Amino acid sequence: MSERNTYLPYLMTIDKVIKEAPGVKTFRLKFQNEEEAAGFTFQAGQFGEYSAFGEGESTFCIASSPTRKGYIECTFRETGRVTGGLSSLEEGSTMGFRGPYGNTFPMEEWKGKNLLFIAGGIALPPMRCVIWNALDLRENFKDVTIIYGAKTVNDLVYKSELKEWEERPDVRMITTVDPGGETPDWKGEIGFVPTIVEKVAPSAENTIAIVCGPPIMIKFTFPVLAKLGFTDEMIYTTLENRMKCGVGKCGRCNVGKLYICKDGPVFSKEQLNLIPAEEY
Amino acid sequence: MEKLRERAAALLADGTVSLVIGFEEGTKRPRPFFCRTSDQASKLIFDSRCFHNLAVYVTKKELVGKEPFAVTAPIATLRSILQLYVENQLKEEQMLILTADPAGELFELRSFDEISAYVANFELKRGEREEEILHKIEGMTREERWQFWLNEMSQCFKCYACRSACPLCYCTKCVVEVNRPQWIHPWPAPLANMEWHINRAMHMVGRCTACGACGEACPVGIPIDLITRKMMEDLAPEFGYIPGLPARQGNALSSWRLDDREQFIR
Amino acid sequence: METKYISKEGLGRWFDAIVASEKRIYAPVKSRGQVDFKQVKSLSEVADEYIQTTQSIKAAVFPKAEILFSYEKVNGKVNLTDFDPNSVPETVLWKVHPCDAAGFRPLSAIFNWDSADKLHNAHLSRTTIVSYGCAIADESCFCTSVNGGPGNLNGSDLQLTMLPDGGAIAEIITARGETLASLCPDAFVADRGDDKSAHLVDLPARFSLEEVQSKLNKAFDSSVWKQQSERCLGCGACAFVCPTCACFDIQEDVHGSKGRRIRCWDACGFSLFTLHTSGHNPREHQSQRWRQRILHKFSYMPERLNVVGCTGCGRCSRACPVDMNILEHITSIAEQ
Ligand SMILES: Cc1cc2nc3c(=O)[nH]c(=O)nc-3n(C[C@H](O)[C@H](O)[C@H](O)COP(=O)(O)OP(=O)(O)OC[C@H]3O[C@@H](n4cnc5c(N)ncnc54)[C@H](O)[C@@H]3O)c2cc1C
Ligand code: SF4
Ligand code: SF4
Ligand code: SF4
Ligand code: SF4
Ligand code: FES
Repeated sequence: MSERNTYLPYLMTIDKVIKEAPGVKTFRLKFQNEEEAAGFTFQAGQFGEYSAFGEGESTFCIASSPTRKGYIECTFRETGRVTGGLSSLEEGSTMGFRGPYGNTFPMEEWKGKNLLFIAGGIALPPMRCVIWNALDLRENFKDVTIIYGAKTVNDLVYKSELKEWEERPDVRMITTVDPGGETPDWKGEIGFVPTIVEKVAPSAENTIAIVCGPPIMIKFTFPVLAKLGFTDEMIYTTLENRMKCGVGKCGRCNVGKLYICKDGPVFSKEQLNLIPAEEY
Repeated sequence: MEKLRERAAALLADGTVSLVIGFEEGTKRPRPFFCRTSDQASKLIFDSRCFHNLAVYVTKKELVGKEPFAVTAPIATLRSILQLYVENQLKEEQMLILTADPAGELFELRSFDEISAYVANFELKRGEREEEILHKIEGMTREERWQFWLNEMSQCFKCYACRSACPLCYCTKCVVEVNRPQWIHPWPAPLANMEWHINRAMHMVGRCTACGACGEACPVGIPIDLITRKMMEDLAPEFGYIPGLPARQGNALSSWRLDDREQFIR
Repeated sequence: METKYISKEGLGRWFDAIVASEKRIYAPVKSRGQVDFKQVKSLSEVADEYIQTTQSIKAAVFPKAEILFSYEKVNGKVNLTDFDPNSVPETVLWKVHPCDAAGFRPLSAIFNWDSADKLHNAHLSRTTIVSYGCAIADESCFCTSVNGGPGNLNGSDLQLTMLPDGGAIAEIITARGETLASLCPDAFVADRGDDKSAHLVDLPARFSLEEVQSKLNKAFDSSVWKQQSERCLGCGACAFVCPTCACFDIQEDVHGSKGRRIRCWDACGFSLFTLHTSGHNPREHQSQRWRQRILHKFSYMPERLNVVGCTGCGRCSRACPVDMNILEHITSIAEQ
C-alpha cells in the first residue's frame, strides 16, 4: 500500500450536535470507515484539521477524552467561512477530519500530583479533554481544582458538564463570569479569571497548573501563579498560532525553530520562555 | 539636489519634521530611503532616476507615526498624494513636500491646493514604453486584446507586488482576501488571475494617476499599469477631468453632479 | 560519479532522444523580455546568454497551485478522489543552474522533515535534473557564500559544463542521471581531461556563513530588522521567485456539489500570514516579517532541518521592487 496523502481527510459522520453557547457548538464525530476508526488513537492536548466540504479546513483541538472510545468531539465558535460552514451542518451529515496532530499533555508525568485547571471563554475545549482524561483515571491524581470563567453566564460552554463537575465530591469547581456578565440567579464567582485565581489561592505544593484562554488572560494569570509559588515547569498552556497544514510544512505556525503544530500546541511555561513572546 | 539635501537636513535638525522619506543610491538605481537624522541627509538624492512612488509609504502608520514628516516627491508621487487627499487618507498638517523641478529649483508644498497648482504645470504624457505597448494594443481587435491580456495574466503568480507598490492600494484587507463570500479565487491560475486583475482594475477606475508603480513592481513583467492608465486616459475627458490631476470634488465614479449630462444619475 | 565528454552534435542527439522518450522537458526560454522555465520540444528553444531565470524551477516539484484531492457531495455523503501520483509525468529539468538544483534539498527538507509529503515526493521522484555549470554571474549572485558554487553538483543528476567547441563536460552524478544519459549512450565519450573550473565563472565568497549564523543567533531583538525593512512593501515577490521558499496556503475550489482542495504558494512577508482569527497578529509589523524571512532561512532552517534556506541565487534581490538586496543585508549583518 502506498503512503497516505497527509492532506486527505477521514470522512466523519456528525453523530450529535450540542449547542453550547451563542455561536458555539460541539460536534460528536464518528469515523465512516471502520478500518480508519480502529487504527485511530490520540492523546490529550492534540488537535486536528476539520473540513467543511465546500468551505475549507479549520484547526480545533480534540475536545473529548482519549478514554472515551468510538468517537471524537470538537467544540468551535463560528467566526468565519469554515466554522460558518460547519455550523450549518446537521446531525447525520458528513464532514472531514485529519489528525491527530501536535504534542500532548504529559499525563504520565503528572501521576500523583494535584491538578489545577484554569480556563477562560472558548478555551475550555482543550482543557475538557484533559479534565475528562484525569477524571476517568481519577485514582492517578490527587486534588483536582477547576477554575473556569467566561464573559457572561450565557458564554459558559459545557454547561451540563460544569454542573456534573460541580456535583462531584472529588472535584473543586469554581465558575466565574466577568463583572456585569452575571444573571440575577448566578451563584458562582464574579470577576476576571486572574483575580479569582488569586482569591481562591490554590496551593502550589505538588501541583500542576494548566492554563488555557485568550492571550490576555494567560498574560495576567502567569504572574498570579508565580506569586502563589508555581515555578515555570509546573505551568502548562496551549498556543493557538494560525495554522493551515498542521503537519509542519506550510510554515504558518513557525516560531523560532519550533513549529507550533508539531512541537506544540502544549507548552510548559519553561518551554515557552525559549521562544520569543511577541511571536505567539 | 544639494539644496534639497540642505533643506531636509535643516528640517530634521530644527525638529520641523522627524522623518524625510526620500531616495538614496541603491544597488542598481535609487531606492526609497527613510532619513531620520540630519547627518543622514547627505545620502538623499533626487534626480530623474528616482522612479519609486513614495506615496505608498505615507499611509503606513507604523512608518510615519503621528509626527510631521517630509517627502521628497517626484511628480508621479505628487499626483498620488493628491489622490490620497481626495480619499481622505492624509492630513495636510502632518506632511510637507519637498520637490525640485527639472532645473533643480526647490519647492516646498504644504497643501492640496499648493501641490495641485504645482502639478498642473506638468502634463501627463505617455512615455516611450507606454506609447509602444498601448499603440500595439489599441491596434488590436477585441479578441486579440483578450488573448494578449490572457497570455500576460496567466504569468501572474499573485505575489501582489503590484498591489503593495500602489499608493492607492492602502486597504488593510484587500478584496482578494475576503472569503465570505469569496469574490476571487486566491490561487494563481489563468481564470483566477483574470478575476484578480479585473477586480483590481475596477477598484482603480477614476483613482489611478498612471504612476506606473504596479507595472514597475511586477517581477514577471506584466504591464498591468497600462490597464488602469488606459482607463484613466479614456475616462478623464468623458468626465471632464484632467488626466493625472485628481480634483477636490472626488473620483469620477464615486462623485455626483447636478449638471451631469447623463439622465439616469439624476 | 562518472565524467564524460559530449560534443555539440552529441548534445543535440541526446536532447532529441529525451524528447523522443516522451518525457516532459522544462528549460529556460526567452519570451516577453524575460527568461523562464517553459516546456520545450527542441534544444533551439532553450535560451542562451542570460544570468538567471526570473523564477526558480521549484514549481516543478511544488506547483503554484496544486489539487490535494477532490470531492463530490452526493445525497449528504461525500466521495473523495485522492491525488494520483501516477498522474505526474516523468520530467526532465534542463539547464538548471546549480543554485536552483541546490534548492531541492531545503525544499524537500521542509516537505519531508516530519511526515512524507506524497505530492511533493511524487513530483520529485519523477524528476531528473540536468544542470549547467555557470559561466556568467552578476552582482546579485552569491552561491559561493552559502555552500554552493557555479559548478556545485548538489541536487543535480547530471551536470554539463559548456566548452568553447560547443560540447560539454558531462558529469553523471546519480542513477537517474545515468538513466537519462543511457537514452543516447554513444553521445557520451571518454573524458578529454578538460579543466572544469576554467570554464566556470570566478565568484569569490562575499560573507562567512558561520559568522552570519552566529550573529543571527543573538539578533532577534536587534534594531537591524526595522532599519533594513523600512522600505519593504510586504509583497510575495521575494518568496515566490525563491527556489527554497515553501510556505503555502490551503484553499477550496467549489463548483456546486463538487470541489477541490488546493494548495497554493504563500509567503511570510504577507501581513495576513499569521493573523489569528481573534484579530491578534503576532507579526504585525513588516520588520517582524522581514526578520522571519532572514531568520527562517539562515537560522531556523539550519538549526531545525540541517540545511540553509538560501542557495545564493540572488533572485529575490533582482525581483524586489524596492531593492531589498539580500546580499547587502546579510553582509551588513555579518559585518556588525
Ligand atoms: C491548535 C489550535 C486549536 C484550536 N482549537 C480551537 C477550538 O477547539 N475551538 C475553536 O473554536 N477554535 C479553535 N482554534 C481557532 C480556530 O482554528 C479558528 O477560530 C478557526 O480556524 C476559524 O476558522 P474559519 O475558517 O471559520 O475562519 P476563516 O473563514 O478562516 O476566517 C477567520 C477570520 O480570519 C480572517 N481570515 C481568514 N483567512 C483570511 C485570509 N486569507 N486573509 C485575511 N483574513 C483571513 C477572516 O476575516 C475571519 O475573520 C484553534 C486554533 C489552533 C491553532
Ligand atoms: S506583481 Fe505581477 S505577478 Fe505579482 S500579483 Fe501583480 S501582476 Fe501578478
Ligand atoms: S523584500 Fe522586496 S520582494 Fe520581499 S516582500 Fe519586501 S518589497 Fe516584496
Ligand atoms: S533567499 Fe534570495 S538569494 Fe537566497 S535562494 Fe532565495 S531567492 Fe535566492
Ligand atoms: S522565508 Fe518565509 S516564505 Fe520563505 S520558507 Fe521561510 S517562512 Fe516561508
Ligand atoms: S500549521 Fe503548517 S507548519 Fe504548522
